[in-house]
Amino acid sequence: MSESYAPRDWSSQPPYLHPDYKSTVLRAPTKPLIPIRQSLSEITGPVYGQDRLGALDADLTRNAVKGAEPIGERIIVTGRVLDENGRPQPNMLIEIWQANAAGRYVHVVDQHAAPLDPNFLGGGRCVTDGEGRYTFTTIKPGAYPWGNHDNAWRPAHIHFSLFGPSLSTRLVTQMYFPGDPLLAFDPIYMGTPADCRELLISRFMLEHTQPLFALGYEFDFVLRGRHQTPVE
Amino acid sequence: MSKLRQTPSQTVGPFFAYALTPEQYGYDFASIADGALVEGDVPGQRIRIEGRVLDGNGDVVPDAMIEIWQADEQGRYAHPADPRGSNVGFKGFGRMGTGTDPEQRFIFDTIKPGSVDGAQAPHINVIVFMRGLLLHAYTRMYFSDEAAANARDPVLASVPAERRHTLIALKDEASAGAVYRLDIHMQGPNETVFFDV
Repeated sequence: MSESYAPRDWSSQPPYLHPDYKSTVLRAPTKPLIPIRQSLSEITGPVYGQDRLGALDADLTRNAVKGAEPIGERIIVTGRVLDENGRPQPNMLIEIWQANAAGRYVHVVDQHAAPLDPNFLGGGRCVTDGEGRYTFTTIKPGAYPWGNHDNAWRPAHIHFSLFGPSLSTRLVTQMYFPGDPLLAFDPIYMGTPADCRELLISRFMLEHTQPLFALGYEFDFVLRGRHQTPVE
Repeated sequence: MSKLRQTPSQTVGPFFAYALTPEQYGYDFASIADGALVEGDVPGQRIRIEGRVLDGNGDVVPDAMIEIWQADEQGRYAHPADPRGSNVGFKGFGRMGTGTDPEQRFIFDTIKPGSVDGAQAPHINVIVFMRGLLLHAYTRMYFSDEAAANARDPVLASVPAERRHTLIALKDEASAGAVYRLDIHMQGPNETVFFDV
């Protein structure tokens, strides 16, 4: 027997071509994907552990401080990385990036006329613990305008990147906030199949809220699971 | 048991660099990986891989991110699922954005991988991310000077013959070192073969 991973569930994924999101039109592959039979190339993947992290990597309110605290609403984002069989995924690297409280990214290409925060980078990472749990402390990102269509605004979101245990489990996604009125107008969020959009929205959790410090939000990830197949 | 739904993918967007490729772009944050895969004294032939990403108009994409994952010179992956173990010090993972090179190339300095399992030709696994891709795209990179091995490779054999060239990096015979080039075409007559991995 050898390890392999269950197929990608295409019914939960956005299509490559989603014309409402205009950048897909010239960038989406047009030909059908060719199925690959999983080999060691697909069931292995990069492994990064706690040893590669800096002490403040998971605290975005402190990891770029230049003398004062970043401006904005502190939040805690926590949750678990599971596979589709419900198994926690320990020791998994998670990388995040986001805009600041004013909706401005540090990236030089971002020309939105909102202030940068000298004490906030917006990048972070951590590794899941033995139960697959992760926790970031950060600033709630602001909404920001973009050029997709007239008066287009991205809802507040945090970008997440996870490798999971193999190349085939790679996931890059975005986490949104409950009750955001911009979600219904966002072609990136709306590109997701309707019955799976809720999976991209974090939940406010009083139990993760730290008194006098920060509101808590919970967001779980579900990666493709393993199954066993006979070796031929 | 009913399965949990897989988390939907969303685009990497245009602003990933300060978190995912910070040192390459000059941000004050450590990178976990970059375009230099060889650290120290790793055995194997040093090679450079370079290419561009092109959209459906043939325009170069300046905000893509390319990740590569490869075996060592003996075809072993640095991962517990590979029971043979790998060379200490060769992780086999690289990551580069296309936004810093004057020609918007991705450039990886690495070693040439060996055949993974005897059946497959030497290859590098590639993941493509960019604004406008709601879901990352997987492809592979083979080597033009491995014609005999390529002819036996089961994955290449599963690709229509007229599209196989989109997966084969061409060795630059004029270059002093071993340089291989392969552009990634998202669309068009030379659209790269992408895989359902």
